[in-house]
Amino acid sequence: MQSAKTMAMALMMLGVLAGCGKKESADNVIRIGSVSPLTGPQTHIGKDNQNGAQLAVDEVNAKVLELGGRKLRLELLSEDDQAEPKTATTVAQKLVDAGVVAVIGHLNSGTSIPAARIYSEAGIPQISPSATAVAYTAQGFRTTFRVMANDAQQGKALGQFAVGRLSAKKIAIIDDRSAYGQGLADQFEKAAKAAGAEIVAREYTNDRSTDFTAILTSIKGKMPDLLFYGGMDPQGGPMAQQMRRLGLDARFLGGDGLQNGNFIKLAGTDSEGVYASSPGLPIDAMPGGADFRKHFEARFGPIQLYAPYAYDAVNILVAAMRRAGSAEPAKVLAELPKTDLQGVTGPIRFDAKGDTTGGAVTLYQVKGGAWQVVETVK
Amino acid sequence: MDILAQQLVNGLVLGSIYALVALGYTMVYGILELINFAHGEVTMIGAMVALATIGFLTGIAPGLPGPLLVGGGILVAVPACMLLGFAIEKIAYRPLRKAPRLAPLITAIGVSIVLQNLAMLIWGRQYISFPQILPDYRFVLIGAQVTGLQVFIVLLSALVMAGLWLLVEKTRLGRAMRATAQSREVASLMGVNVDRVISATFVIGSALAAIAGVMVSAYYGLAHYYMGFLLGLKAFSAAVLGGIGNIAGAMLGGLLLGLIEALGAGYIGDLTGGFLGSNYQDVFAFFVLIAVLVFRPSGLLGERVANRA
Repeated sequence: MQSAKTMAMALMMLGVLAGCGKKESADNVIRIGSVSPLTGPQTHIGKDNQNGAQLAVDEVNAKVLELGGRKLRLELLSEDDQAEPKTATTVAQKLVDAGVVAVIGHLNSGTSIPAARIYSEAGIPQISPSATAVAYTAQGFRTTFRVMANDAQQGKALGQFAVGRLSAKKIAIIDDRSAYGQGLADQFEKAAKAAGAEIVAREYTNDRSTDFTAILTSIKGKMPDLLFYGGMDPQGGPMAQQMRRLGLDARFLGGDGLQNGNFIKLAGTDSEGVYASSPGLPIDAMPGGADFRKHFEARFGPIQLYAPYAYDAVNILVAAMRRAGSAEPAKVLAELPKTDLQGVTGPIRFDAKGDTTGGAVTLYQVKGGAWQVVETVK
Repeated sequence: MDILAQQLVNGLVLGSIYALVALGYTMVYGILELINFAHGEVTMIGAMVALATIGFLTGIAPGLPGPLLVGGGILVAVPACMLLGFAIEKIAYRPLRKAPRLAPLITAIGVSIVLQNLAMLIWGRQYISFPQILPDYRFVLIGAQVTGLQVFIVLLSALVMAGLWLLVEKTRLGRAMRATAQSREVASLMGVNVDRVISATFVIGSALAAIAGVMVSAYYGLAHYYMGFLLGLKAFSAAVLGGIGNIAGAMLGGLLLGLIEALGAGYIGDLTGGFLGSNYQDVFAFFVLIAVLVFRPSGLLGERVANRA
């Protein structure tokens, strides 16, 4: 018993000493921040982003990273923003104080947007692997980048898909008046009109509502051949049920808020035949998708959603450091707009705002109780 | 015409549910002059308990027919909510019965928050789907699409309300309730056990709420820890619309509010040329509430004010 205690003490001392050893070589460590919700309902998606970034960091460390003649090692500092804008700004400041070169994150648009100001003031680049709101890169900061299609690109692809592929002529639109839902519906409306469809109804609900029978009945009277919903699955699911119940015989189309398993659960059999989009390519269609899946799943289990984008974001950063020959945020930031990377998710280049120029959007349909790929629009 | 018929059907179903929940508010107010703000949460707990029961039943006896499962869900949810209603009154309101009126109002809001968070801890934050187990009968009635579930909801609420009416008007307990509503002191002098009558009122109101909760989640196909809040506020508006404390008023108010919402949301866009849209759907309930308070403060059928001797 006594010897076990002594042993533990000795081990702890060793650990402390080892920690000191690490500290001394801190100059050779480059810290990169990673922020996503690691607690709460979105934990699985948040952890997925963190794992994607970690995989890239470990792969870079496995080879030797030399910048300006010095051998360096990357270290990922992960923070939990709980998908809360308030927490997001707190952890953003924490990362800035910890001296990170850049931040991969955040996961949500609602957290990426307020955090962007803090990174911008500190002059630290921020690359979000998953925030799709147009507003994120439209704040006028030089430090904001994203590696996937935004809601404007998605709305445009949806509008063209509705009119082109689904030959919709009379379209009804409902949105949930949220920044995401309304933004997507506006972009969809613009694209559908431009493609020659007539918008016969534009109705609204909110992200708490469950009763859509009144607006769906009113829409039914206008006989649309397609109904678009800009919003999330808790409303989309019951909406799909209620429209079938009311005998509204139109196609149902939505954005990435509906393209998930929960939508199918909530709509039940009425989800059959529903179309929805999601930014990016399906993993198996990504240029480096198969390899990435193999490496990722061997270490972390199944890919949830955005892990390949987090992986690419780290590699974009490392490529910029290599070009700059330095890990100073200002020098890396100057190199980022010149990014031209063949990533796992596809070719990535940034426009003047920091959005990707090659953002693909994939359309899916529910068949046999699961989402199946219909086509990918580039 | 088809559209109008459909909107009337939509409104009638919605209104039946509002009416059931409104009865709980109005019965408690009639007797205690207290707005039981936790009542909406009782509805939510009813839905959640029923869903858990249905999940449990399908787990132990797969292949049971849907109506039987939902029936089982109701049979468990109703006693659970009755117990909950009894406990709420005992813990949150009875100790404050002689306190200023503001105090029980605040505990009511407190109980509502506690129940919401409790449900969130037990069942999680995500939306829970109601399994599609009920047979899907659909038919057309004067141009409106009607489902079997809608007919069932309207009939069941009518039946329950008729039962409540009989209970209040024809039984000893009902007479005791009416006497307590008129004057607690005099009723107790006449040998009425006031505490028991008040408990019974909460228990009956909670049973109605449980039934309404199951119907709401079956109708919309989901349940959520937050679902009781808005439903409770709307039902409260319905009770005020009909005349709070007045049982017939709650029924009328509920039905009217459902119809106003359906017709309002369905036609406001066309009537105002797109100036006002269907995003005002939830506003109608509260607009009606304000209008009633301004023009007819005692509600359509009149408030049942305790006649203090």
